[in-house]
Amino acid sequence: MKRPVATQNRNRKTARAIGERSPSPASLERQRQAEPNAALNRAAPLPQRRRRQRPCGRRLFAAALGKFCLPVLLVIAGANVSHSQNEIVIVKEQPIGLTPPVPVSLEGFTGEVENVLKFDLYVQGFAFVAPDAAQYQIRGSNTGDVVGTVTDKYAGKALLSRRYTGASLLAQAHLFADDIVLAITGKKGIAQTRIAFKAQPTGSGPGEIYVADFDGYEAQAVTSDGAIVAAPAWVPGRQALCYTSYKLGNPDIFYHDLSTGQRRVLAGYSGLNTSAAVSPDGSKVAMILSKAGSPNVWICNIDGSNLKRLTTGIEDSSPCWSPDGQWICFATKTGRSERRRLAKISVHGGEIHYFNTAGVVNPSEPDWSPDNRWIAFTSQMGEFDICVMPADNHAPPTILVRGEDPSWAPNSRTLIFNRSVGYRQTLSVLDVLTKQYKDIPRISGSDSEPCWER
Amino acid sequence: MKIIKPIYPLALALAATLVATGCKHKPVGLTPLPNGPTPVVSTPGPGNPLGPGSQAMGSSGAGSTEIPTAPLDYFEGMIKDRTALAPYTIHFAFDSAVIRSSDQANLQAVAQQLAAHPDCKLLIEGNCDERGTEEYNRALGERRALAAREALANLGVDPSRIRTISYGKDNPVDPGHNEAAWAKNRRDDFVLLHPKPGT
Repeated sequence: MKRPVATQNRNRKTARAIGERSPSPASLERQRQAEPNAALNRAAPLPQRRRRQRPCGRRLFAAALGKFCLPVLLVIAGANVSHSQNEIVIVKEQPIGLTPPVPVSLEGFTGEVENVLKFDLYVQGFAFVAPDAAQYQIRGSNTGDVVGTVTDKYAGKALLSRRYTGASLLAQAHLFADDIVLAITGKKGIAQTRIAFKAQPTGSGPGEIYVADFDGYEAQAVTSDGAIVAAPAWVPGRQALCYTSYKLGNPDIFYHDLSTGQRRVLAGYSGLNTSAAVSPDGSKVAMILSKAGSPNVWICNIDGSNLKRLTTGIEDSSPCWSPDGQWICFATKTGRSERRRLAKISVHGGEIHYFNTAGVVNPSEPDWSPDNRWIAFTSQMGEFDICVMPADNHAPPTILVRGEDPSWAPNSRTLIFNRSVGYRQTLSVLDVLTKQYKDIPRISGSDSEPCWER
Repeated sequence: MKIIKPIYPLALALAATLVATGCKHKPVGLTPLPNGPTPVVSTPGPGNPLGPGSQAMGSSGAGSTEIPTAPLDYFEGMIKDRTALAPYTIHFAFDSAVIRSSDQANLQAVAQQLAAHPDCKLLIEGNCDERGTEEYNRALGERRALAAREALANLGVDPSRIRTISYGKDNPVDPGHNEAAWAKNRRDDFVLLHPKPGT
């Protein structure tokens, strides 16, 4: 058993970038945490734009007109296309699983840095082609520190030109990957995020809870109890995990402070205590308890107090939270036929709303995307499939790939799940829009039940 | 009274029939579990903090010989006896927690053993085969254990003597990947709990 070591929140050294653009807010925040006295006097990062000149009246008018005209033009265009419908639908996103990847080229990088860049970009919807076929050309080197540029080939301009320093080459490569994603898509990347999961040396039975980078590297065991463990869940806003462990002879839910190693039993009632899910604001926990005679959804405060029963069905499992913290989505069995369904209930209790998952059967293990648009889940029709449906259920689910137990990344487009490879489970990272996925290295005999830190 | 008399044996016979056939429509899981013993669940002791840097990834198979097997020999201070009721393990159909009528004899034997050992309690261990998803299986295993508890309560066993634990798919008896193995793994095991000597 390790003696707890006083650590900072993210005490891995942070790679830093030197270059034209200001660092991303996330890296700024980490630098502040790592070096609280290093006052960073840079202004909040600006988008890549020419420095604004003092606006004159004509410019203001033109800008205002532009701001209002574009949506109006879109609406008119939409109206022309779909005038037969009652409402105008502007399709902003492409259908899940069918989006073509963004073609990029990658030149000059070698070894681990090249592998990291390729993995990080592949699972966020990029594909690698020759430079003359690429929409964006990524060039650089890692003979010393990582240096890289991103050029928009058609616009003929550089989106990004940076040099990185500090920490490890891997950390620099991940930071570069995040900068690439931000430069091309305008959205925050996930290359510096983490996952928790369980690893079982023999493929079943006892195991340990691990935390790792999202690509499986830098994995650390958080437990060393030799007990059956399950269902790790991050506590948003804190360096902490909840998980199930049989260490005390019963499946109990533990709360584990990652910075100190201290832990306590959050739910240790008679029967089953499992499937903890922490609310997005970190204040409450939903979980499955069987203390009332059947496995149902219960809620309590993060300190274990104020326990309330939320459902009373015959068999419920896997609660997850809506991003606004108002709804719990869960799997349930209903009726004489004990059909498996997905449902949601308000955190204040009340009526259960069932999801229509037409086309797939036996849904379980739902997870609600942070942008509130999707619910991912497992469907079992013989084998297991990862499915995604709109969170408002306005369309049926789309079956994506073989696998189970999905967890959304903070970007609401990448999922981590586990899939069976020769009767052992391997973690895999999937881009929902392009359906591109890649396995991550296995820690142990079987790795499963991943949970993405959000 | 004369009207009631003929009805009474009929009602008894009907009830017995329902119990004997393992009525599928009886409500499941109505009996809450008793609270744990008075000593509150002990603190688990510290886990690991997140260390400063990368640790080597264990290769698959590393440490597999050192990890001790769960479960413990005790359940809430009582000694686990896995052999006394081992012959009476009951089994389940895929994705089901319904007690089979063919298992009624086993349940009656368990009830008789509990009647013969009034100071003992019972731990029912619910299990699943490997094919379900993990958390779903953990709930299903618990429900299988609860179903047997309900059936035993209907046979006259005081439900406060019966505890449940689900192992999901983490405790197979047969590690095979075929229907014969899976059928063996979908089960409830009955573990007799003896009080510690001197308690």
